[in-house]
Amino acid sequence: MSFEVLRDVAKPIIAGFGITARRLASEKVTIQYPEERREQFVRTRWRHVLTRYDSGLERCIGCSLCAGACPARCIYVQAAENTNEDRRSPGERYAERYEINMLRCIFCGYCQEACPTGAIVLRKDFELANYEREDFIYTKEMLLEPIRR
Amino acid sequence: MVYDWLKGLQDGAINPLGISGPFLLALLKVLLLIIPILTLVPGLIWWERRLLSWMQDRIGPNRTGTITFPDNFPLKALAGKKIRTFGLLQPIADGLKLFLKEDITPSHVDRKIYFIAPAIALFPAFALGGTLPWGPHTGIYGLLTPVANIEIGILYVLAISSLGAYGVVLAGYASNNKYSLMGGLRASAQLISYELGMAMAVAAVVMAAGSMKLTSLVEAQEAPLWGFVEGVQNWFIFTPYGLVAAVVFLIAMIAETNRAPFDLPEAENELIAGYHTEYSSMKFAVFFMGEYAAMFVFSGVFAVLFLGGYNMMPFQWDVLANQIPAMRGFFEFMASANYWLAPLTFIVKCAAGITFFIWLRATLPRLRYDQLMNLGWKTLLPVGVANFIVVGLWVVLTKIWGPVGGFVSLLVAMVFLAVLYLNFVSRTRAEAIGLQSRKIALVDPAPSQRRGITLVDPNKS
Repeated sequence: MSFEVLRDVAKPIIAGFGITARRLASEKVTIQYPEERREQFVRTRWRHVLTRYDSGLERCIGCSLCAGACPARCIYVQAAENTNEDRRSPGERYAERYEINMLRCIFCGYCQEACPTGAIVLRKDFELANYEREDFIYTKEMLLEPIRR
Repeated sequence: MVYDWLKGLQDGAINPLGISGPFLLALLKVLLLIIPILTLVPGLIWWERRLLSWMQDRIGPNRTGTITFPDNFPLKALAGKKIRTFGLLQPIADGLKLFLKEDITPSHVDRKIYFIAPAIALFPAFALGGTLPWGPHTGIYGLLTPVANIEIGILYVLAISSLGAYGVVLAGYASNNKYSLMGGLRASAQLISYELGMAMAVAAVVMAAGSMKLTSLVEAQEAPLWGFVEGVQNWFIFTPYGLVAAVVFLIAMIAETNRAPFDLPEAENELIAGYHTEYSSMKFAVFFMGEYAAMFVFSGVFAVLFLGGYNMMPFQWDVLANQIPAMRGFFEFMASANYWLAPLTFIVKCAAGITFFIWLRATLPRLRYDQLMNLGWKTLLPVGVANFIVVGLWVVLTKIWGPVGGFVSLLVAMVFLAVLYLNFVSRTRAEAIGLQSRKIALVDPAPSQRRGITLVDPNKS
């Protein structure tokens, strides 16, 4: 009876001090960004990549379906014919120019959905900042995956 | 040598600078007080942010001031290395930022008061520090501290600390902002309420020590514990009445400095920032600095009143040296360490007080306004008054029955009063809860009428 105040008022306050003190030893959730990076989710949509087949041929056949699907109208594709001497992709044509304006891109991933050959994909590289506006127009050379050996 | 020079200054010797000795000594004393406070305030802000972060599972500011040397740095020893300062320069960077920001004066403010309010908020902290003895009263420290050893020291502390309310109230009044005004009003009500509890707590200690001088209060704590345990110092926090007074003083002190959980004047989720909503740039920084300096100085006052001031450990080294001659050398070494490390001890005690402030902020949520008033008027003030009366009784009984008898009767009286008080509070509290509690049906009264939804009855499980 007489110690209800101690039990109901004083004890919770002192217990609270214990709780905050115990947090000192617990693991911190902060990620020290440039040194540490958080694991990105599997389906994260960030920087575009133009992929290749295992043989080294480009997947992109220059069909411009991605440009048509793009709601921000930020993709430009200019196709050219493949010849037997200079074969870039397995299809009839390949993308001679492939440009994405990253300032306009909204990372919706519709290009990836529209692509019939799975050439354009959005990968996990999220560090896209730059200094000049011109540097945000990604050319085919920047987007294309290097040949795996 | 330094002692002789200072002594000469005090006696009015001519010094090479051509300034009168006592004046130079006074200037030295003031600088020795102000410079540590001003240099420790940024560190204090850093410590608050870091400790708060750690308690919230974060890391806090740890980047500012890290210097990374490039790999081709001319000095080979430093090339590619990092000099880390753990973010210690963050408050300096913040202060610099505040300096360079635009100083906005809102329209229709009461200009004179608006400009003078930050200064009024800052000054009590430094004025309070003037009475704090941060070293023993003998030898070199006796000449340097405190700045003013006034007879009514603790009354001066109480008076100046309540002046701090003026800065806040005037800032709120002058800002032409209703939130600010509400913050100012809250501050005035809060400070007036807690001043009483604080004064009662201090009065008990003053009565036990028999003096209002802060230096005498520390000396009273160097006496044997409870008047009869030789070899241990009578720090007031170890005495039953002092413990009660310390708890009351601590709570009132947090309220006086407007810190969480009593930060109603600035309650950021109710009043934006309260009294300093309309202040920007350096004027805001001055408010900020005043708050932290006040924390620092109040921790010092707490240390002086209850934690034995500048004494490192609660032992009477000279008495122990006489009692146990075998360890005489060790005790004498400890006595001299106690003397020479006095300023460090004092700063460590202040830091401990500040750490408690921060810990409290991390732990407890802000009080509601009625809870604040209840705590101040219905708990702290009665407890303080009862404690004051008990100390009076103890002083009288000690004179009649000697220290042991007086202490035993004090202990009996304290336990009796504590049980009585807790009993009373528990009963009134139970009644209050009985009045307040209403049954609120959180569950739909007829769950069967709602199609396809089965609700769990919390009363059954």
